[in-house]
Amino acid sequence: MDRIVTKTPVSTRVLHILAWILLIVWGLLVLFPFYWMLLTSLKGYGAYNAEYVPRFYTLSPTLENYATAFTAVPLARYFVNTLVFTVVTTGLMLIVITLSAFAFARLSFPGRDLVFLLFLSLMMIPGELVVITNFVTITDLGLRNSFTGLILPSVTSVFYIYLLKENFEQVPDTLYYAAKVDGTPDLVYLFKVLCPICRPTLVTVTILKAIECWNSYVWPRLITDNARYFLVSVGIQEIRENGFGRENIPAMMAAVVVISLPLIVIFIVFRKKIMAGVARGGLKG
Amino acid sequence: MEQRHLKGYLYLLPAVLFLGVFLVYPLFDVVTYSFEEGYNFASQTYRGIGLYNYRYVLRDPYFLQALKNTLLLVIITVPLSTGLALVISVALHSITVLKDFFQTIFFLPYVTNTLAVGLVFMILFARTPYSDGLMNLLLGIFGIAPIDFIEGPYAAKLFVLSFYTIWIVLPFKILILTSALAGVDENLIKAARIDGTGPMRIFFKITLPMISPMIFYLVITGFIGAFKAYSDAVAIFGVNLNAAGMNTIVGYVYDMLYGDSGGFPSYASAAAILLFLIVLTITLINLLASRGRVRSN
Repeated sequence: MDRIVTKTPVSTRVLHILAWILLIVWGLLVLFPFYWMLLTSLKGYGAYNAEYVPRFYTLSPTLENYATAFTAVPLARYFVNTLVFTVVTTGLMLIVITLSAFAFARLSFPGRDLVFLLFLSLMMIPGELVVITNFVTITDLGLRNSFTGLILPSVTSVFYIYLLKENFEQVPDTLYYAAKVDGTPDLVYLFKVLCPICRPTLVTVTILKAIECWNSYVWPRLITDNARYFLVSVGIQEIRENGFGRENIPAMMAAVVVISLPLIVIFIVFRKKIMAGVARGGLKG
Repeated sequence: MEQRHLKGYLYLLPAVLFLGVFLVYPLFDVVTYSFEEGYNFASQTYRGIGLYNYRYVLRDPYFLQALKNTLLLVIITVPLSTGLALVISVALHSITVLKDFFQTIFFLPYVTNTLAVGLVFMILFARTPYSDGLMNLLLGIFGIAPIDFIEGPYAAKLFVLSFYTIWIVLPFKILILTSALAGVDENLIKAARIDGTGPMRIFFKITLPMISPMIFYLVITGFIGAFKAYSDAVAIFGVNLNAAGMNTIVGYVYDMLYGDSGGFPSYASAAAILLFLIVLTITLINLLASRGRVRSN
């Protein structure tokens, strides 16, 4: 009996080797673009353009492209804009969804379950459909090329309200009643007791929303045509079209590295949280 | 008692306000737009109500090109990415050392900026007067003549776009499938192994049926996501997708709305609603086709 279980047939061993080959090949395919962008960003402008056959390494790395990226185009401004946009949008969204989740989870009022059901049904509305009217609304309000116009449409998320409500409901009722007996107002209970208990969910929501904000492209592109308000995605596209001149690829890659770095750092630090959060229902695009 | 009820609504007020203005109202408004003929953006007036916008869009060569591109992209990337993700996840599930390491690397494209990394793909595939580019260097080893993947033949452009799309969507699918595989009861597989069942048979008779709901979920979300392709195309071919002949339906909507070819919210609305109807139909077909084949639960 023991012999049968421990014996590995040839076919299994072959499959095992194939599995390793596949994993390594796909791993290289994933990492290679990152390697190439870093490598190209370190090649000198002249050296890069002299390479008719691209080289896989460089013997004279230079940081001049990074200097160019920050001086020839307003990369620093795009960067700061995106930071402001990300922080404010995520912050406002946290307030809005916390209040709603609390109302759905803890307060009682007529029609609560019906309203929650209506909220959930809103998740089915595709963003592409509503962007047209939002564009017109923001234009009519004179909010194009402003942070308000950029931020307003994305400060609510039904999915995150749902996620947070589920979490709030897991906190025992007794805590709430104890707070009520002590005369603690609801808002104080919410932010001093409930939110700290549910911190893991709030952190996950914050990270996922921040990544979404950092990468957002469609809305910022529609709503801004003044480079003062460009976010990084729109900025990098602008750099590509008329930035350093089409052939200064190394400087372009330096900008790409600068834009990608914050996300990669956040991913490495919070990778467990991000992957668990996405597995619970985060969807890209 | 009255005041307590009021409080609940008060807490919901910000969310209701934002959702109402930016999600519910636009949903009805976009339908209205799509039927208003000859809408003028500046004066906000229109001539009449009818189906003209839909007729216009359906006859517009740019829309037909975008429709063709999108359909091809869907047909190519959805089966390939789902299949590839399945094979990679199974391989990932079968190893014990370095599993975490590979899982982390595979997830990396999910958190990257689509526009920024797309530029790297553009450079890897582009053929310029200065260089044939890395991809052509590799193809040259196999004796294939250099191709311009970015501004060259349609098939080459479609290949790059499909490749980049698969690269972008795979992390999510691998993540979902590896967690599905981790949830399969090990005892069932051990029992089958003791009975002398081969690994292939175990996979097709036990593992695959057990994770079929998740595969089905990925196929549906994959279809929806691929039909909405846009940013990846912009990243590789630039903002003027119509000129590149690589526009997508979503790209067509935005181009109608804004930019050099923009100012036509009615055409944009009609195209967006057509897209929505296509996605809805495909999703319903998927749901019907899966009935009975997918293990529920």
